[in-house]
Amino acid sequence: MLYNIFIDPFVQMAQMPDLLVQTLWEGLVSGVLYALIALGFVLIFKASGVFNFAQGIMVVFSALTLVGFYEKFSAAGFSGHTAAFVALVLTAGVMFVLAMLVERVVLRPLVNQPDIILFMATFGITYVLIGFGEMVFGGDPKQMIASELFLPSGSVDVEMLGGMVSFQKIDIAAAVIASVMIAGLALFFQKTRIGRALRAVADSHKAALSVGISLNQIWVVVWFAAGLVALVTGIMWGARSDVSFALEIVALKALPVLVLGGLTSVPGAIVGGLIIGIGEKLGEFYWGPLLGGGIESWFAYAIALLFLLYRPQGLFGDKIIERI
Amino acid sequence: MTAQSETLLAVDGVSLSFGGVKAITDVSFDIRKGEIRAIIGPNGAGKTSMLNVVNGFYHPQHGRITYKGKTRPRMRPYQAASQGIARTFQNVALFRGMTTLDNIMVGRTLKMHRGLFWQMLRYGPAMREEIENRRVVEDIIDFLQIESIRKTPVGKLPYGLQKRVELGRALAMEPELLLLDEPMAGMNIEEKEDMCRYILDLNKYFGTTIALIEHDMGVVMDLSDRVVVLEYGHKIADGTPEVVKADPKVIEAYLGVGH
Amino acid sequence: MFYRETGQFKQSYAADQAVFPILQDRLGLAAILVVAFVIVPLFGNEFLLASVMVPFLILSLGAIGLNILVGYTGLLSLGSAAFMGVGAYAAYKLSTIFPGVNILVWILCSGFFAAGIGVLFGLPSLRIKGFYLAVATLAAQFFLQWCFVRISWLYNDNPSGAIEVPARTLFGLAITGPSATPVTRYLVVLVIVVGMTLLASNIVHGRIGRTWMAVRDMDIAAQLMGIRLLPAKLLAFAVSSFYCGVSGALMVFLWLGAAEPSAFDIKLSFLLLFMVIIGGLGSMIGSFFGAALIHILPIVIRGLPEALGLPIAAATVEHLTYLIVGALIIFFLIVEPHGLARLWQIAKQKLRVWPFPY
Repeated sequence: MLYNIFIDPFVQMAQMPDLLVQTLWEGLVSGVLYALIALGFVLIFKASGVFNFAQGIMVVFSALTLVGFYEKFSAAGFSGHTAAFVALVLTAGVMFVLAMLVERVVLRPLVNQPDIILFMATFGITYVLIGFGEMVFGGDPKQMIASELFLPSGSVDVEMLGGMVSFQKIDIAAAVIASVMIAGLALFFQKTRIGRALRAVADSHKAALSVGISLNQIWVVVWFAAGLVALVTGIMWGARSDVSFALEIVALKALPVLVLGGLTSVPGAIVGGLIIGIGEKLGEFYWGPLLGGGIESWFAYAIALLFLLYRPQGLFGDKIIERI
Repeated sequence: MTAQSETLLAVDGVSLSFGGVKAITDVSFDIRKGEIRAIIGPNGAGKTSMLNVVNGFYHPQHGRITYKGKTRPRMRPYQAASQGIARTFQNVALFRGMTTLDNIMVGRTLKMHRGLFWQMLRYGPAMREEIENRRVVEDIIDFLQIESIRKTPVGKLPYGLQKRVELGRALAMEPELLLLDEPMAGMNIEEKEDMCRYILDLNKYFGTTIALIEHDMGVVMDLSDRVVVLEYGHKIADGTPEVVKADPKVIEAYLGVGH
Repeated sequence: MFYRETGQFKQSYAADQAVFPILQDRLGLAAILVVAFVIVPLFGNEFLLASVMVPFLILSLGAIGLNILVGYTGLLSLGSAAFMGVGAYAAYKLSTIFPGVNILVWILCSGFFAAGIGVLFGLPSLRIKGFYLAVATLAAQFFLQWCFVRISWLYNDNPSGAIEVPARTLFGLAITGPSATPVTRYLVVLVIVVGMTLLASNIVHGRIGRTWMAVRDMDIAAQLMGIRLLPAKLLAFAVSSFYCGVSGALMVFLWLGAAEPSAFDIKLSFLLLFMVIIGGLGSMIGSFFGAALIHILPIVIRGLPEALGLPIAAATVEHLTYLIVGALIIFFLIVEPHGLARLWQIAKQKLRVWPFPY
């Protein structure tokens, strides 16, 4: 038994390095996508202290909207790349409207309420988006318009370590796009006026208000940014599988990523995403069979829980100093 | 009180640091039974940290604490509370969601022992215990003259009253040593006078030993039997108010060099 | 005019420390109990009893359990459905291993199993706080649910993977299984829920309840008052999980009749949390309000188009329900973030000065 848990998996890894690389790569890719969702959470949490449960559904919603627009266009006779990109821009517009609505209808009346109330309110947003989305787009899974958006398909097979390792092109594209977007966001936060205001708001709402930063404007900006992140995530996930409300469950996977990295840390979201993604795939592949499989559903949480016991504020979270 | 009574608490060579920041460096002093002991010093001198060490919330890296004849390298909050050290806080630390009465009743926690079973029934021993303690709490409410706000949630009370409720909560523990962290901060003259009266009464009639941090020098000099002065985590003076007042180091700390 | 405490002088601390110090409150409670015990079973039809009242009461019990943890002790938990599941599976195993013992004994005992598991998953709460803790409790949710699926011993190797409730009787009356009438089931549930609510209300009004609230409001100060955080938090987890466990056992045995692991999935955890928040954190009556709103509202919305004769497809109604429930959650949070219980208090306050509010 002990041999099966502590030695055998490593023996397997050493004997078949190509399989190990394949597993690591798959873990890395799902890690990137977890990181993207977690990034959306972190953006909003930093700027408004809201634990936005709706981030996951925003991913689904944006992807559905994109596909929905494209379907309308192709029904009207337009299709191809141009139509796809027009749909993309329109979807971004929808996400902006959503951000405005959330700010106006939910956040503004609830300003200064305890965190848990705002958290609950995002549950409300989740329900509204699910109900609205299913009414407009129906519950059936849809095909992401990957090729129309110049996303590659197929795979690159590399012969290495005595075997074939296959890299899906879309996964490579996802990793690249995610990196570019994260870099872009980092630049935006560090170099622009709004970015600076945003960091100020993250530190203290009151102090930011007192120097004339408009909280409402900042909130719209972060929710819009989170919406765009959601859109990109939606496209990437959608291209790997179908677009449907089943994706919602993926958002729950982002939660351990989030606490592992620390709720307020962008690098934490990325590193946490990679750790969880890789840990989960390794766990499922090498240890899962011992437990009867399916451990992917809770393994990430177990990793996060154990880690939090050691470091309650997460990997990059601010150290908690209690004072009275 | 007489200066010759026995030592209740002695802090010996205590040092405390957070990461690289030294909050307290090698401080020793004692508190005698029945006295009012003041701890003063400029902001950031380590006064509150000192109280936190005494009631076990911070654990010092070096030094010993002797309380009631027992020497320990450090206190634990539960130990401190069950051995009769009570405390009020610089920024009012009341239980904001609860009423005045309930807040003070929490102070009786250690005096109540009935377990879940009787609590569930809220009958027999549990109810008797509840009523006995309610009686004690009512005496405290009388003493502090806060009868009218008995059932008000403390979050709604003005600052001065909150401080008073907090004192009440500490008193409910029937402490032998009462630590007061800036009990008069932010109060107006009348509230300060009331508070001084409560402190003196406590000391006189119940014999409670009191250690207090306070910035109002008038109050400190009038109330306290002995004063210890901290600056940047070091002890720079210790003695009766008159002695401390005349100490050149203290004057320098408060008024700056070149005096 | 009628709801007034004027003239009701308390002559003893005992009277003032009572859970309901005001006469009218006690009368109102008595009236509610009479309606619940006599009028509803006499005049309620099967739909009302089996599909409205029984689930409402069972969910209320679960909400009370979660409220003890979230509302009174301030520990955010998203794993309550899993603890309900522990109760359900424990009751199922116990009742099939020892069929001779009365089922009600096992339903109540199942709470102890849930409490044990709850304490286990409550251990991290000493170090982990807030949303971090909420995510940690999700570990319990997903791990336990995985156990319900994978450990076939739990459902007696039933090929369908579900647990099916055996028929059991009390004093010769069928209370579980297909032959139990809605009225009997309703009354059994009612007795258990009322009894346990009473006990919970006693706990939160006494020393232990104050300890929990102190931990919730300012854990540092609580510590320095001599409250040990770990025992206090673990006790909250234990009591809370006990309530959830019994509620889960009741749910399978007296409401659903059979359950698959997915009955205890994360959606149920969220629903319970809605009930607690919308009903009112730290309020017993709020748990009932919340359960009523969250359970009955969708029933009403689903029934409404039919009642009005509107031709709307069933799927659309389902989506509309989601939409409306979500919007109402936001609406209630904005109107009264402290929940329906606070609205109730305000209403009572208004009533106190009615009809001369000056």
